[in-house]
Amino acid sequence: MWSLLLAGGLGVLAGVLAGLFGVGGGILFVPTLTLVLGLTQIHAEATSLLAIIPAAIAGAWRQRRYGNVRGRDALLLGLAAIAGVEAGVQIAEALPEHALRRLFGVLMLVVAAQVAWRVRRRPAYPS
Amino acid sequence: MRLLAIGLVAGLFSALLGVGGGIVAVPLLILAAGYPERRAMATSLTAIVLIAAVGAFTYALHGEVKPGAAAVVGLPAAFGAIAGTALQQRLANRTLSLAFAALLAGIGIWLIV
Repeated sequence: MWSLLLAGGLGVLAGVLAGLFGVGGGILFVPTLTLVLGLTQIHAEATSLLAIIPAAIAGAWRQRRYGNVRGRDALLLGLAAIAGVEAGVQIAEALPEHALRRLFGVLMLVVAAQVAWRVRRRPAYPS
Repeated sequence: MRLLAIGLVAGLFSALLGVGGGIVAVPLLILAAGYPERRAMATSLTAIVLIAAVGAFTYALHGEVKPGAAAVVGLPAAFGAIAGTALQQRLANRTLSLAFAALLAGIGIWLIV
């Protein structure tokens, strides 16, 4: 019971991150599913993709009303991603789980540094 | 063309790591396509609807999706997403970028150690 409440609470937090940063929330869904609900890494990753859908629909609907969505770009991105998804599923099932975690971790650090570096080099501008 | 490449890479990591692809798509839209933060994040989230649906379907064919667990975290998340997008409208693009970078770095360190 408590684990369900905790998982739901972390789900809300994942949704806030999804809406705030335009990510799906899988970054919190996956650890919640493994550590709180006891799923294996591969089941958690598969399940998080399903869990992301309601949050992404709700967030995209609001963003559309705020006027921030480039609909055609989103469609192109999504369609191109489908090809990538198919390849990724094959690779995910062939790789050991700890290698996936390490790969993800290193990727995050590299991207974080790049995003922060860009802000540092750019003068503040009105948003 | 650039968008297609970003989508391809985002989709690959989406399926590989169980994220909706946004964690890859957002920085690429900002860094490679020159989008302002809010537009990158909103467009990414919209694309994620499609990306996650296809990813979930593909995994479901392999019998690896747990719908009950998905509902426990996913339905509360929909309300969180509405709050998150509202909060985003109040923040400067620069603040969003730095917060996003901090989030990515935090996740990276947590996964590696």
